[in-house]
Amino acid sequence: MAEVGTAPDAAVHSREADAPRNSLVARFGADRPLKLDAGVELSPFQVAYKTYGTLNAERTNAVLVCHALTGDHHVASVHPVTGKPGWWETIVGPGRPVDTERYFVICPNVIGGCMGSTGPASINPATGKPWGLDFPVITIRDMVRAQAMLLDELGIESLFAAVGGSMGGMQVLQWAASFPRRVFAALPIACATRHSAQNIAFHEVGRQAVMADPEWRHGRYFEAGTSPRRGLAVARMGAHITYLSDAALHRKFGRKFQDRDNPTFSFDADFEVESYLRHQGSSFVERFDANSYLYLTRAMDYFDLAADCNGVIANAFKGSDTRFCVISFTSDWLFPTSESRAIVHALNASGARVSFAEIVTDKGHDAFLLDEPEMFAIVRGFLDGAARARGLKAGS
Amino acid sequence: MLSRNKRDLTMADTARGPGGGRVDLLLVAEMVAPGARVLDIGAGDGELLRLLGEKRGVDGRGIELSREGVNECVAKGLAVIQGDADTDLSDYPNDAFDYVILSQTLQAVRRPRVVLENMLRIGRHAIVSFPNFGHWRIRLQVAFGGHMPQTDNLPYAWWDSPNIHFCTIKDFRDLCDVANAKMERAVALNAWGTPLRFNAPWWFWNLFGEQAVFLLSRR
Repeated sequence: MAEVGTAPDAAVHSREADAPRNSLVARFGADRPLKLDAGVELSPFQVAYKTYGTLNAERTNAVLVCHALTGDHHVASVHPVTGKPGWWETIVGPGRPVDTERYFVICPNVIGGCMGSTGPASINPATGKPWGLDFPVITIRDMVRAQAMLLDELGIESLFAAVGGSMGGMQVLQWAASFPRRVFAALPIACATRHSAQNIAFHEVGRQAVMADPEWRHGRYFEAGTSPRRGLAVARMGAHITYLSDAALHRKFGRKFQDRDNPTFSFDADFEVESYLRHQGSSFVERFDANSYLYLTRAMDYFDLAADCNGVIANAFKGSDTRFCVISFTSDWLFPTSESRAIVHALNASGARVSFAEIVTDKGHDAFLLDEPEMFAIVRGFLDGAARARGLKAGS
Repeated sequence: MLSRNKRDLTMADTARGPGGGRVDLLLVAEMVAPGARVLDIGAGDGELLRLLGEKRGVDGRGIELSREGVNECVAKGLAVIQGDADTDLSDYPNDAFDYVILSQTLQAVRRPRVVLENMLRIGRHAIVSFPNFGHWRIRLQVAFGGHMPQTDNLPYAWWDSPNIHFCTIKDFRDLCDVANAKMERAVALNAWGTPLRFNAPWWFWNLFGEQAVFLLSRR
């Protein structure tokens, strides 16, 4: 297990939450509150974001990239906390499928996040202390509303495309449902129109792990100069398993021992897979805020597009001119292909223009973040086709 | 298998027109009104959808069973989904399309009647093209060779053929009656991909047509 103590991560998180490094920040004052599904208004609030490429004169080449649960806006540039490359540099960049020499890419940190958009780690202006659990519970729709306000701020009336995987895919679907005229093309990857009972269950285990850590202190760990590292690491370890697959774990680790030839007859990390998970857990807590994890998993749990339209998902996309491309992965058991098929059926029923591809891989849910050449070809082909339809110049 | 993939042909390469396009596909494309909404069942590698887009400016969608075919189509920017004509057509609402096309795929579906009825429900028109099992060469192979026929167009041995429901032009007309389909146009192509004489009698088409293309509507 990672060394536990009063690590610098609490300080890092609270600084990054309010004054994010290497980021643009849009601030919305008292005159522009964010109306939340919870029935309250968040005000003032801010959205941290990154942009890549150049907005064309007609303002028609903007691509919104929506990040997943533990992602952030550093999609194609070095992460200020970890120093690692952007999380989707395989997809976004010059000459990449989402070509920043052609498109103007905007990637905002979600509301409730911890990398510069207002969330539970941000300072509550009413108290001068971090929001903690006083932060209102937010939804995927709230995230999308905040993104729409950011686009208003940037003077972008309509997106060329909205692209994202997992929770990012949920935001893409919500964009298409909430603002059909503002999305020309939608690319939801490895997601669903609702969070399944099994997925809610996994999230609940993760949250309980965080809350069971005495250092969590009912969400007031910042004031105590500590953080629930152990709990959050366990949450991450459990979640990480759901992002992989039995086959991928077996291929990668099998039953191999970690730096030893025989079992130690102890609870040390004998197996490589244990050591790997512990590393995943401990490195995660360096860059992510525990309360933020609670809020964002909750937002995913609440996501159910059909519930917003009398149980019929097709109604969510009725009359939509948006062109969709849905992608799933064969070994993804968190958001299995059947969920993507449900999206496709709904889109067909509503007469929307939809493509759907399932990609064969043993890498599980995380495949959308990894080297999947077939996914790259499909994303590129779909966006090229949509760009022709929108009249975007090649390499503008 | 429902596919016109190069790797997985229900029919082998058929006659090509002067522009290099397959004659049967060109014929299908010619039956479609410009700018129409079209669903291509068994989209294969997307050749027909591409042709329809280029020549007729249609709003085209496709269904394709093989994953390779789908991914190839989507990478070309075509709106194609992975699906099965036998099971997935029921998900489409009535009158969703102007034309629903089943090109060289009829013989590979499990329930041709249900598929045709669904096509006529989803679309105002249905276009079906298929290899004619009544062609004289096929008849000769069965009659005198005494075995299931293999031709350039239908190169499979009976045990590994994806084609499970062969019919003759005459048989297909019976299906049209059963499925309440009205024949608006029919064309038979000979072995060289040339349309047979328009006013030839049906028995002549049934004997000399290697392929047939039917434009149908609801009766």
